Amino acid sequence: MGEYTSEELQSIFIMQSFSGLSLFSVLLLMGLGLALIFGQMGVINMAHGEFMALGAYTVYLCSSLTEKFAPAFGPYYFVAAIALAFVICAALGALVEWLMIRHLYHRPLDTLLATWGLSLILQQSYRSIFGAREVTPTLPDWLMGSYNVKEGLDIPINGMFVLGLSIVVTITLMTFMYRSAFGLRLRATVQNRKMSDAVGINTGKVDRLAFSLGCGIAGIAGAAFTTIGSTGPDSGSRYIVDAFLVVVSGGTASLLGCVASAFGIAQAQSILEFFLEGTKGKVATLLVIVIALMIRPQGLFPSKVRGN
Amino acid sequence: MKIKSISNHFLKVACLALATATAQAKPTTAECNTTGLAVTDDTVTVGQLHSATGTMAISETGSIQAEQLAIDQINAMGGVLGRQIKVIKEDGASDWPTFAEKAKKLLVSDKVGTVFGCWTSASRKAVLPVFEKENGMLYYPTFYEGLEQSKNVIYTGQEATQQILAGLDWIAKEKKAKTFYLVGSDYIWPRTSMKIARKHIENVLKGSVVGEEFYALGSTSFGSLINKIKLKKPDVIYTAVVGGSNVSFYKQLSAAGINSAKQTLLTISVTEDEVLGIGGENLDGFYSCMKYFQSQDNPNNAAFVKAFKEKYGPGSVIGDVTQAGYLGPWLWKAAVEKANSFDIDKIAAASPGIELTNAPEGYVKVHANHHLWSKARIGQWQKDGQAKILFESELIEPDPFPKGYQ
Repeated sequence: MGEYTSEELQSIFIMQSFSGLSLFSVLLLMGLGLALIFGQMGVINMAHGEFMALGAYTVYLCSSLTEKFAPAFGPYYFVAAIALAFVICAALGALVEWLMIRHLYHRPLDTLLATWGLSLILQQSYRSIFGAREVTPTLPDWLMGSYNVKEGLDIPINGMFVLGLSIVVTITLMTFMYRSAFGLRLRATVQNRKMSDAVGINTGKVDRLAFSLGCGIAGIAGAAFTTIGSTGPDSGSRYIVDAFLVVVSGGTASLLGCVASAFGIAQAQSILEFFLEGTKGKVATLLVIVIALMIRPQGLFPSKVRGN
Repeated sequence: MKIKSISNHFLKVACLALATATAQAKPTTAECNTTGLAVTDDTVTVGQLHSATGTMAISETGSIQAEQLAIDQINAMGGVLGRQIKVIKEDGASDWPTFAEKAKKLLVSDKVGTVFGCWTSASRKAVLPVFEKENGMLYYPTFYEGLEQSKNVIYTGQEATQQILAGLDWIAKEKKAKTFYLVGSDYIWPRTSMKIARKHIENVLKGSVVGEEFYALGSTSFGSLINKIKLKKPDVIYTAVVGGSNVSFYKQLSAAGINSAKQTLLTISVTEDEVLGIGGENLDGFYSCMKYFQSQDNPNNAAFVKAFKEKYGPGSVIGDVTQAGYLGPWLWKAAVEKANSFDIDKIAAASPGIELTNAPEGYVKVHANHHLWSKARIGQWQKDGQAKILFESELIEPDPFPKGYQ
């Protein structure tokens, strides 16, 4: 590395740390909703990726409508679109739970098949409604470009935005889980469903809210990803693998584990990609995860209590 | 006045005579179809085999549309050997075994006269054995990695050397480029293309490759790559990134402050279709090397763009492969008429030497190796998603097995 000045190396180091953080925030957003649904409720939701895609399409729709009917609202629509993505995905989540999931709580493998079917239905609906081509919403100017700290050191603004958003979502979810009455009921249901029923918790309602919340978070994640990439009918199937990777290596029942594993995977991948090349970096990252899971099959932060 | 009307009259008679001559020349079905293809006295059935669903639908839709447009136009002109073209559309569904199965169905059950189809190399490789065994004919529209030649395929896109060498020569000369950073998606086409590019850069241009990287299809995070590019400061970033990754890659480049004012970038995987997704503002000033751009200024292309937009809407765009797809039915028509037969062997034999002067890209000619002679063009992307054409090469001979590049 003798041919580079120390200042250059310093800039690269800072930007590289940031690109690791930025990947971390993406993985975290992908994993959070799933951690809630898979980790807390034990439902293997194969359609989780499609909920993310729905969030992204919501933003695209908002963008097109804003451009058409209220161009003056252009710079601000994005924030409203994220909120709307949450609402729409949560609503669809509640509907899906009511129609499908609640009948299958005792048959986890069947939920896998059913949600996979749901994912196919959703994919084809996106294809019929939005077309096969990938779409990109018009992003407001304030989200574009980079913050130029000094010559050769640029921090992408969309990366900072996603990072900020993922921190806000995580803190809100944690507070909700550990400081609210609903969180208490949810954790009680996860620990012992029968006893929760017996003490008067409406576990059916808890399930529906939790599932819908998880889907809503997927919607936020999808909305945030429109700043990074494009959205196609099958985008969801690309997200789902990473999402499960994060949740499984984090220890399925733990939100903290989800944060820790997203951080670990992101840093490993970012650093390995820097020193190896793209594909090899990804392969090396997966190897690290496989070895980690061989040593700790329960994930980084396994749940310490016995379930029902 | 009188003389003119006489000459007009003469012209009409001549035309009529010619038309009758053509009509008389219409061969009987027994004459022009000796192998039992789906040809009747009034119709000929052809197949179209693309992905209308799945990942590749994004890319293949343009080819499906262009082929259909060409077939409609040929039918409006009276068809091929006096027979209207009927199309059987099959969906390969972005799944390679499905492609092979549908190809077999088209050739064995439907006995189609020819097939227009496939897009990815993987799908072409999957159907190739079927076409060779059942002796079908495939018109394949995509630019691809070369290293293939079959009597049962006409390749209407460019093979790798036609797209790569002229573009690299141009950028080395115009930008005095010496150092290159190669980036591609991880599958056969970018890998082979980059191999050829590296040989050309090192052996012919006497430049150097300072980095060569491949990212899995669908990758969306390029942060580490972009940092490495910033550190290495190559004269040219040379890319063959495809699909959804494309959008992430160019958005992140632009977000990291790498734009055309500071960095030269040449790509062989961005056409008007991709720009639609990436956004013109993220590509503004970067270069693509293709054989066709929608902005090409010639009467053929003006008519083609007009007809395409009339059929598929004013917002539709036409990329390189879409145009190559449009050539397929015309080349097949020319071959059938030259052979005066629908027989596959006769079409295959008649194809070399066929010229099209009405191609939107300009003049093309079929080589003995079943690829097309074509020109390479450099386009510079503008904010509106169209390219400004800066350079046009001579007609380049297709060379699917280039010596010294393997």
